[in-house]
Amino acid sequence: MLVEIQNLNIMFPSQHGLSHAVRGVSITLGQEKLGIVGESGSGKSISARAILRLLPPAARVTADTLRFDGIDILSATERQMRAIRGRRAGLILQDPKYSLNPIMTAGAQIAEAWRNQTKGSKKAAREAALDLLAQVQIRDPKRVADAYPHELSGGMGQRVMIAMMLAPDPELLIADEPTSALDATVQAEILRLLEDLVSRRGMGLILISHDLPLVSHFCDRVAVMYAGRVVEELGAGELLQAKHPYTRGLLECLPTLSHPKLRLPVMARDPAWLA
Amino acid sequence: MISVQDLRVKFGPVEAVRGVTFAVGEGSSFGIVGESGSGKSTVLRALSGLNPDWTGRMTIAGTALTPKRSRDFFRRVQMVFQDPYGSLHPRQTVDRALSEPLLVHGMSDIDRRIRQALSEVALPAAARFRYPHQLSGGQRQRVAIARALMSEPEVLLLDEPTSALDVSVQAEVLNLLADLQDRRKLTYVMVSHNLAVIAHLCPMIGVMQAGEMVEMISAEDLRAGRTQHPHTTDLRRLSAELEEA
Repeated sequence: MLVEIQNLNIMFPSQHGLSHAVRGVSITLGQEKLGIVGESGSGKSISARAILRLLPPAARVTADTLRFDGIDILSATERQMRAIRGRRAGLILQDPKYSLNPIMTAGAQIAEAWRNQTKGSKKAAREAALDLLAQVQIRDPKRVADAYPHELSGGMGQRVMIAMMLAPDPELLIADEPTSALDATVQAEILRLLEDLVSRRGMGLILISHDLPLVSHFCDRVAVMYAGRVVEELGAGELLQAKHPYTRGLLECLPTLSHPKLRLPVMARDPAWLA
Repeated sequence: MISVQDLRVKFGPVEAVRGVTFAVGEGSSFGIVGESGSGKSTVLRALSGLNPDWTGRMTIAGTALTPKRSRDFFRRVQMVFQDPYGSLHPRQTVDRALSEPLLVHGMSDIDRRIRQALSEVALPAAARFRYPHQLSGGQRQRVAIARALMSEPEVLLLDEPTSALDVSVQAEVLNLLADLQDRRKLTYVMVSHNLAVIAHLCPMIGVMQAGEMVEMISAEDLRAGRTQHPHTTDLRRLSAELEEA
């Protein structure tokens, strides 16, 4: 197993004692695509970030098991973590505008990520960067490699981000809302690209999103989170057989083209879901 | 109620909006969809008076719009933005945000109007003395809508009003917008990149690409797939594909 999480709990100190953000989440992941879906504050992002130990210092993390490829994350040294982060496991964030270095060219950033893992000359790194840009289907890798992030569109920026994360040839990719800042047409392209790369390289993918139909389209399995818990886990094709009222509510409150509704059903939140 | 003819907007040498024409009847909704950079928001900003650099002819309720707008225009036409966190003053309470339009337009009975506005957008009375950071995203967008309603406008310009919200909250806000329109006979122009959201609220939809309105289509024709322009067909196919999942 690439990722094993058993009974993960994350708490943050607040004015009224501890706020319990993640409550007993268990997830396992092999070489497959797992989607984590939930609304803001459901704990989906921090659950995934706990794997890389990328939480604010104030967070209190406990778990029965929290392992990446057998390495116990809770007791790993900073040195061990550095060997995982950005090398064996990459993180793709929502908005390339904020997550790329604005004063480095795209090519230089990818080359830097590559040299982090592989020893090689500047020239070899540049070649590798161009090759990676071609792999994320950029038509003119030379031009993009010499461009600064502000000279790129959102979709191009996200491809650069993906190329950079692929540079060290990781085993796991965590994509946190990778396409929320992008147009619908670009969104589909980027997700198809991710799906293709992940299958071809035999990587594990965790795709975090608030968009349930989108995620189930691209993942093998989907975990639905509500208020810090996984309330339901579904195979991608089983979306319509979802049992939990929260999952059903998420699907029903979406306006659709195919089934027009005069009024959108509003989610009635049952306090029992929290129990 | 609203008519726009051959609207053109230039940013330096770039023509962002290239001759857009549409009309919206009183109490109806018109939707504009398109990708980033298609010029959809630019149309809305020219209409709202936020961008005085345009040519063409725009009228609202029969009055031709000039680059500089009167105070009365800003009373009758209000705008709601995508991100309520960015459009509310972080250090002003909801009470202050809602009373400002009333003071600007010299309207009386402030206390009653604020109470009424809060109940109209289904916010608890206790929200009145809160700051934006003490509210959830959906509540903040309700405050932004309430603020837009304070001056009793006839037209609301909605720029991606639900894109920053969770789907469950999006449903609530879309229902609220539909109710308000019914009750107050408001005219909406709504911009979004989400076809399903636009088609839910707007019976007529304009599709923009590279500054031009390439197709004008009814929500009904769009749902049935009777699209004319390839760009509309593409957008519809993408949206429908995801629904099948």
